[in-house]
Amino acid sequence: MAGLFSLLPLLGAAFSRHRARLFFTVASIVVAFMLFGLLGAVRFALTGGVEVVGQDRIITTGKVSIIERLPRSYLTQVRQLSEVRQASSLCWFGGIYQDPRKQLVVFAIDPNYFSMYPQLKVSQAGLSDWQGDRAAAVVGQALATQYGWKVGDLIPLKSNIYRRKDQAVAWPIKVAAIYSADDQPANTIFIHYDYFNESLASGRDQIGWVVSQLKHPGQAAQVSSAIDALFANSRQETKTSTEKAVAQSFANQIGNIGAILTFIVTAVFFAMLLVTANTMAQSVRERTPELAVLKTLGFNDGAVMLLILSESLVITLLGAVVGLGVAWLITSALEPSLHAVLPFFRIPPSTALQGLVVAAGLGLAAGLVPGWLAMRLKIVSALRAV
Amino acid sequence: MSEPLVQVRGVRKEYRRGTEVVPVLDGLDLDIQAGDYLALMGPSGSGKSTLLNLLGGLDQPTSGTIRVGGTSIEGLSSNELASWRASHVGFIFQMYNLLPVLTARQNVELPLLLTPQSKAERTHRADAALALVGLSDRANHKPAELSGGQEQRVGIARAIVTDPELLLCDEPTGDLDRKSGDQILDLFDALNREAGKTIVMVTHDPRAAARARRILYLDKGVLVREEA
Repeated sequence: MAGLFSLLPLLGAAFSRHRARLFFTVASIVVAFMLFGLLGAVRFALTGGVEVVGQDRIITTGKVSIIERLPRSYLTQVRQLSEVRQASSLCWFGGIYQDPRKQLVVFAIDPNYFSMYPQLKVSQAGLSDWQGDRAAAVVGQALATQYGWKVGDLIPLKSNIYRRKDQAVAWPIKVAAIYSADDQPANTIFIHYDYFNESLASGRDQIGWVVSQLKHPGQAAQVSSAIDALFANSRQETKTSTEKAVAQSFANQIGNIGAILTFIVTAVFFAMLLVTANTMAQSVRERTPELAVLKTLGFNDGAVMLLILSESLVITLLGAVVGLGVAWLITSALEPSLHAVLPFFRIPPSTALQGLVVAAGLGLAAGLVPGWLAMRLKIVSALRAV
Repeated sequence: MSEPLVQVRGVRKEYRRGTEVVPVLDGLDLDIQAGDYLALMGPSGSGKSTLLNLLGGLDQPTSGTIRVGGTSIEGLSSNELASWRASHVGFIFQMYNLLPVLTARQNVELPLLLTPQSKAERTHRADAALALVGLSDRANHKPAELSGGQEQRVGIARAIVTDPELLLCDEPTGDLDRKSGDQILDLFDALNREAGKTIVMVTHDPRAAARARRILYLDKGVLVREEA
């Protein structure tokens, strides 16, 4: 059987006819894969955090909802458990800087928080400065770059949730350190819980949730149950899970993103399959006499099938590569401005690989029937069609 | 006398038209010696082209045997026939059947894609075949840029590039003017006399048939007459 390599001249020839039709077919595939890439980036942006969470940390939230607030005393009780190495509270601040439409990720935390997250890189001096100054903040490198903040700068930070008891509008925060992170975007501002709590007009001594670092990661299930048992039958019962489960639950607040995106992408790809299959069927129909000549010259059924499948594969893979490339350009261009809202807005390598696999599968599927028809072509009848 | 290059024995070919069975060849016997030059003549529907297709392994007989170069081709599978055709038979068509998007050289190179030859070897052999038919200066032209006679010469170059022993020609001059037709027939003469190619040519043109060494007349699927 003729190898694929020996069919290359024929493959090139096949693409040199009907260039307009080829262009429009590839263009439709480009659009489909651009959409696939962008939706993949959206999905990653909404759920990506799930992949970077630690296994030795568990999170205690309100049983009813992740946005339910808990008494500060819960932190003290959790810290007393023998299996818990350390714990910190987190409180969503709802930060606004200059533009009210752009919400910043700001958390009020306890001073030991950074020792639980070694992946957040802060200089020792900077950390000491922050721990020693109640009105100081540790700011993510990405945000510092975006707003041009330097250590020592004073930032007037507003909240779209909380009011100060002194009626002042903003919390003046001093940048004590700038952190970076290896596995996630450094786009958060961390402030002291005490500083935040004392300034509140109402709702003091409440926290968002408790993060606990365990002495032994294998005890996550057991300790989670123990924590929830502590607060069972209280006014605010809790739900404790691993960080991953909480991140997943947070992502699910937006809906079953995966299912919605899969549905859209499936519909788009089905349309693309029809377009490509139609192009290939037309191409084979128009070339019936030529295919008969090739068979007359000695090209066997397998070679003819290989030729048609190769054409189909090249069309879909070309469209996929260009489409994913365009999506990558778009996400790269939008990522800086979306950083605060969608910190993971980029196409993960797994999505790109998935796209190429899907393109190959669709290419084969689209070429299969036309290839089979070409393979079964009766030479004598087809030559009469000249 | 040695075994003929082509040996046809009791070949029948029937086609089905709905429920009706239409016989096209009816128990045909034929021997063609290596180096022979044979013209097949007869009215439309007499079975000339069908016989040519059977000799080239493009179709299978309903019954009977066909041996070419010692190989019984009537029992070969579709893929075995394809491989056999690639190395033993060259086809020349009335409408040339060149691929319009390929140049003359690329068209001639087509049968060589099935061989393990390198690109350089293929090009060399294709150029040699084009030189043989007098078209060296047209190697990079596409079929649309060639005259009918030149297209047919490219078709002949394509048929001989793998050096097959048997050339099967279906109305090779049927679409050409007299001058171009004569040039093609001159080429066949040279290929037969100088290169020893065995040629079987289907034609309606008595002038073309007169160039052959033997003329066979078919009518209603049987051989009715032979002229030497």
